[in-house]
Amino acid sequence: MDSSMQQAPLVEMRGISKAFATVRANAGIDFDVRPGEVHTLLGENGAGKSTLMNILNGLYIPDSGTIRVKGENRRFSSPRDAIAAGIGMVHQHFMLVQVLTVWENMIMGLPGLEAILPKKTVIKRIQDISTRYGLGVEPEARVWQLSVGEQQRVEILKMLYRRAEILVLDEPTSVLTPQEVHHLFNTIRQMTAEGHGVVFISHKLDEVMEISDRITILRKGEVVETLSGRNVSKEELAEKMVGRKVVFAVDKTVLNLGETVLETDGVCALNDRGLPAVRNLSLSIREGEILGIAGIAGNGQRELCEALSGLRPIQFGRVILMGVDMTGAHPIEFIKAGVGYIPADRKGTGLVGSMNLRENFNLKNFWRKPYSRGIFLSWENVAGETGRIVERFGVATPGLGVPVRNLSGGNQQRLMLGRELSGTPRLIVAMQPTWGLDVGATEFVRDQLLRQRERGAAILLVSEDLEEVMALSDRLAVIHKGEIMGVVDDPRGVTEEELGLMMAGIPMSAAVRGERSL
Amino acid sequence: MSAPFRVERRLDCPAWLNWAIPVGAVATALLAGAVLLFFLGVSPLAAYTAMFRGALGDAWGLSETIVKAIPLTLAGLAVGLSFTMVVWNIGAEGQLVMGALAAVAVVRYAFVDSAPVMFFLMFVAAALAGGLWAGFAGFLKARWSVNEIITTLMMNYIAILLTEYFIYGPWRDPSSLGFPMTAPFPAAARLAVLGGTRVHVGLILAIFLALLFRVLYRWTRWGFELRVIGNNANAARYAGMDYMKNVLLAMFVSGAVAGIAGMIEVAGLQGRIQPGFSAGYGYTAIIVAWLARLNPVGTVFVSFLLGALLVGGDTLQVVMRLPLASVQVLQGLILFCVLGGEFFRNYRIVPVGKGE
Repeated sequence: MDSSMQQAPLVEMRGISKAFATVRANAGIDFDVRPGEVHTLLGENGAGKSTLMNILNGLYIPDSGTIRVKGENRRFSSPRDAIAAGIGMVHQHFMLVQVLTVWENMIMGLPGLEAILPKKTVIKRIQDISTRYGLGVEPEARVWQLSVGEQQRVEILKMLYRRAEILVLDEPTSVLTPQEVHHLFNTIRQMTAEGHGVVFISHKLDEVMEISDRITILRKGEVVETLSGRNVSKEELAEKMVGRKVVFAVDKTVLNLGETVLETDGVCALNDRGLPAVRNLSLSIREGEILGIAGIAGNGQRELCEALSGLRPIQFGRVILMGVDMTGAHPIEFIKAGVGYIPADRKGTGLVGSMNLRENFNLKNFWRKPYSRGIFLSWENVAGETGRIVERFGVATPGLGVPVRNLSGGNQQRLMLGRELSGTPRLIVAMQPTWGLDVGATEFVRDQLLRQRERGAAILLVSEDLEEVMALSDRLAVIHKGEIMGVVDDPRGVTEEELGLMMAGIPMSAAVRGERSL
Repeated sequence: MSAPFRVERRLDCPAWLNWAIPVGAVATALLAGAVLLFFLGVSPLAAYTAMFRGALGDAWGLSETIVKAIPLTLAGLAVGLSFTMVVWNIGAEGQLVMGALAAVAVVRYAFVDSAPVMFFLMFVAAALAGGLWAGFAGFLKARWSVNEIITTLMMNYIAILLTEYFIYGPWRDPSSLGFPMTAPFPAAARLAVLGGTRVHVGLILAIFLALLFRVLYRWTRWGFELRVIGNNANAARYAGMDYMKNVLLAMFVSGAVAGIAGMIEVAGLQGRIQPGFSAGYGYTAIIVAWLARLNPVGTVFVSFLLGALLVGGDTLQVVMRLPLASVQVLQGLILFCVLGGEFFRNYRIVPVGKGE
């Protein structure tokens, strides 16, 4: 590693600034990547990580600043320019054509004659790269048949196929099991050993400390500090990232559980493509209880949440709410029965971006008094309650008449949370409630959920953040391909590795070693 | 090396632009039209003056403009309602024709001497005819997701040909000397006119409906549901709003209002129907609704503007001896520019700084 320190950087960004309207996304950022190192960009959402990398990748043009690749000044006006200069980015949302095969995805969009090489040659090259970097995928497989982890490997492969020397990985671990993360890290180490430079973007501190050679911390569009990845503590990183001390522990009181609020019995539901997404799923939640659902993204979590709020038809099985059979009931019946649902997709489902705060509060309340009388709406009452939510939940907004798309993600989440909790729900279905939020908003959301628990609400908490579900849940279920692999009665008595095995589809009996009774 | 400017997405649209964009678009269109007029050998200034005088310059022109604005307003409100929930009823023409046909049927078969009763019967019949005509397309969409753009458009031709069947066939006026038209309406079936002009009480109805629609969108649960569905159908479902029910209802009401437009046009102005009696109001209404940005009160003003354009175009044909097609090109230019202007609502053009 020391030898690389003296080497000239592969890429060098100097004084990069970029503003969107009045928002300074990047302000005079210096960042470089040397051959053979993993340089991590660490920061909260909105700190400017993605903007900086999108500039490096040619998606944005910086307002000022220079980019030098191997000592040469470059200006990128598209990702094509960037990849031609050896910079490849693996986005959080993969840029693959689902219906095409792996090898077809490799050559798609290649310039010149490379796109019409014989299939045999292409596959040979894919296999060479795969074995070299431990990126096992079947070249003839169609992308939609692959798991998320495999698709990620295809994306990395695609960049290496295009001879990228610098790889930018944007939050690559958020879609992986702990075991897959381990596998990815091996690939990254192999790449750096061969002299590639890797930019790793994450806000998961443990991972950052494991893989990084250097860490650059961004806050509010500026570099806080660039430090060595060795000999750094989690607390130190968190404090620099957030700008204040952060407490990792969750304060949770022991509660007496009340009546059973939700009970499902062998629920089956299909996904949007008509394939089974939730299989024979039975669970129950009582008053004052948080049931966590851990699992890798896309294993039926969304379909489960939708089935439990009436939004997705149930093929088989029953949903019983407070002793009433709600199977097949209309979504409005679930709302009236006191089911609050916090969808993961804030802007797409939970809120109407083009409508203002009042209207977004009214979204779930327009059917009831005092927000409507007969066929007429009472905007006065709506505004009153919206104002109270803004105050109580600390929504930072210039006013109630502002379209909610102008609010930050954290403030949108506060507003939505306030709306869902304002009707004192019996059951709260929360899917990824802290996803994409900064540390302050995350603490706030978690605290609100715990308060609802103390009030006696039953809470179903779906999260891909293992740390979060382990800390908040009273019981923890692991979902894999729509099936519950097991329910852990004490989330503190199980390791991340054991959960990881269950997330990969191994039943609890086999995943959990020893005699610990669960 | 690259263009001296670049296009950036707007985060927010300032309020003044909401007015400046349509005004700028019309101005651009008139400029482009001036080029066209110049090459047609006509002085653009003289042509525009003639248009303006013809449409708004005297009582007769003004009343003609208003008379055209009435069906445009009603049909514009009709399609605007469906557009609000992002359902594309482009069949207002057919629904309008069906409404008119229903009014003729009432006159033919209901032997009533009282004008208010006659009005009531025609009103209900026209609303039902237009409503069911559109409601059928709505049903197909709600039940089997059949694309409503295609069904409503196709049903226009069915409605128009059906009407022509009655005009040429069983309902042809025997005393029309063989001309294809229905018998004139009796006095009880005609709407009252204002003063000595051709402007009829349909004007009051159109303005009343526009205000009613404003209340509907702003202050009622149903209007709120329509707007939420239009802005984000996922969120609407999440909020427990019933998409199918709303599609059916919106299509029915939309068609009903278009049907009323047809009945008003026949009972207020023409007193009978003949082939092509609608002059494409149902299609122009789509333009009206868009130009008004689906705002009901705006619809009234835009209808007046387009009415003036139609009347002015007529004057242009007569005074300047321009062919009809060139007038239509002028009108098309305006639409083209206004729709193109929408771009500037969402994007802005920023000059690229000189320094590298």
